[in-house]
Amino acid sequence: MTMHREVLTGKHLMQGDIACAEGAIAAGCKFFAGYPITPATEITERMARRMIEVDGMFVQMEDELASMAAIIGASWAGAKAMTATSGPGFSLMQENIGLAVMTETPCVVVNIMRGAPSTGLPTEGAQQDVMQCKWGSHGDYEIIALAPASVQEMFDLTIECFNFAETYRAPTFLLADGFTGHLWERVVIPSREEIKTVERKKPIVPADKYVPFKPDEDLVPPMACFGEGYRVHVTGLTHDELGYPKTTDPKIQHELVNRLCEKIRKNSDKIIRTYKFMLEDADVAVIAYGIPSRSSLNAVKRAREAGIKAGLLRLITVWPFPEKQVEELSNHVKAIVVPEMNCGQVVREVERVAKETPVHFSSKIGGEPHSPSEIFEVIRRAAKA
Amino acid sequence: MTVLQEFEKHPLAKYLRLERFPHIWCEGCGDGIILNCFVKALDDLGINMDKLVVVSGIGCIGRIAGYIKCDSFHTTHGRPIALATGIKLANPKLTIAVISGDGDLFAIGGNHFIHAARRNVDMTVICSNNFNYGMTGGQFGPTTPLDSYTTTTPYGNIEHPFNLVHLAAAAGAVYVARWTALHVKRLTESIKKALQKKGFKFIEVISPCPEIYGRRNKLGKAIDTMKRYRQICEIRHGYDPAKAEITIEKIIVGEFIDIEKPTYGELLQKQFLTIQKR
Repeated sequence: MTMHREVLTGKHLMQGDIACAEGAIAAGCKFFAGYPITPATEITERMARRMIEVDGMFVQMEDELASMAAIIGASWAGAKAMTATSGPGFSLMQENIGLAVMTETPCVVVNIMRGAPSTGLPTEGAQQDVMQCKWGSHGDYEIIALAPASVQEMFDLTIECFNFAETYRAPTFLLADGFTGHLWERVVIPSREEIKTVERKKPIVPADKYVPFKPDEDLVPPMACFGEGYRVHVTGLTHDELGYPKTTDPKIQHELVNRLCEKIRKNSDKIIRTYKFMLEDADVAVIAYGIPSRSSLNAVKRAREAGIKAGLLRLITVWPFPEKQVEELSNHVKAIVVPEMNCGQVVREVERVAKETPVHFSSKIGGEPHSPSEIFEVIRRAAKA
Repeated sequence: MTVLQEFEKHPLAKYLRLERFPHIWCEGCGDGIILNCFVKALDDLGINMDKLVVVSGIGCIGRIAGYIKCDSFHTTHGRPIALATGIKLANPKLTIAVISGDGDLFAIGGNHFIHAARRNVDMTVICSNNFNYGMTGGQFGPTTPLDSYTTTTPYGNIEHPFNLVHLAAAAGAVYVARWTALHVKRLTESIKKALQKKGFKFIEVISPCPEIYGRRNKLGKAIDTMKRYRQICEIRHGYDPAKAEITIEKIIVGEFIDIEKPTYGELLQKQFLTIQKR
């Protein structure tokens, strides 16, 4: 049975996509539904081979609409469930991402971002879906999205995604750029005991006392799954705490939608992760995530050598947006630099929060990540201004 | 005696979420008959209601999931079969019934239908076919007959309708039947048979829509439509579903397909055992 281990403890040379699949398995993922798409296909291929080895379930669906629907169904059947895709497929998933939000379904969606709009640049990495991840489905809602910047983080943060999804009963996103997905690097996989995994909260009352969508103090309701005897009704319609449609009472919509947002917002301190480098005395702060944060780290070091007090705030959590961290930073730096592989997405959030502090944006699209010297030049300009 | 107390005396009341009644369906609609036949089938079979999941999509019949006292999911438009696939594969011990409409299952959800049938995922799909989108006020759909009037075919329908039983058979369903809301006993027996059989099973139920489709096409009251069913329906078990197109003169009903084929779950289990032995 050694070859069928769920946790491949040890050191490996691994591709980002494969590390993501292994992270999911280590987190306890037992259901994967997907549809082939570059540059996320390797995750689906790995899951096709691995799920059956760990008593899990793999299914290749007819499209991404179906993949997203299937993981919601699987999650309600009690399995930790995931799908993986890239831009075009992510667009198709938006419909049922909204359903997952509304029905408070724990699930993980991986988006290995490629150049867009439309079919765009299938084989080239990008960060053009960050706003879509937050706002892509219709309506008001909050989700959780983590942005890995290394193959190690493709493993680690996929586990974290499952833990957040299970804790907050919300779809949780691994938002990786295509470069990180296709990168080969060293990964250290810890022992099973060292990996912290979280299981969804179950009801502690009998079926006749159970109110399926009545939240606890943390705003998250305990989840009874199908087949457990609780006979739950689940709907995408606005519903009361019993789970029944209530579409003519404004109070019900008000309470439900606000709670769905608040359960993420009020717990944002527990969700937000950042990495700080040389920010204590910095005049210029680079705020980056994903692959540009690696060029940024190099650029910051170069700036320090050139006598510019630069630092880096790397966003590991992109959604909910780390407002407090960015605001604090904006209060003591003279300028902020935001490099992104898009035409300006997270930079808007930074500008919104940073208020008076000048924000310099560095856009890079077309399939090449920023070089350190490109970011260094923006830091130098920002320091002079 | 309150209405609810009256309901509670019904022999099938224990299968329903009585607090949700009265249901939303119009007078004369066939959806209530489908609900009745479905719960009667559950009762006859002694189905374990803790292990049954009813999944529905969007539309009038979509509300059925919320009326049956079991685990149930009222999904997004067109997606019940894809969602049900996830439920069944993640927990093969559950019995899955998808109950939805012609527009939900064959227009927006058509792709999911054919692929679940092809995979032979173990589920019973019941389609309430009322020839139009009733919930949104009566637009034409994939089963609307040629020349029919709907709000989006004000000059008559020029699209050829699907023959659902032919489609289901061609896509690989192991059991295919068609009844109307008039055939209460036969429909109930058909649902029982489907629930006991393994694989992807499909039952089409022709359902009156007197308030919306019927009104626009001058079909009279529900009772007139029921009388018409009695006149034009012909029971032909084993009939070629390709030739069972619905016409104004004739509706062929019956069991068209009843075959055995390994299900997705069975093939997977076989593969699983081989891999575990390695």
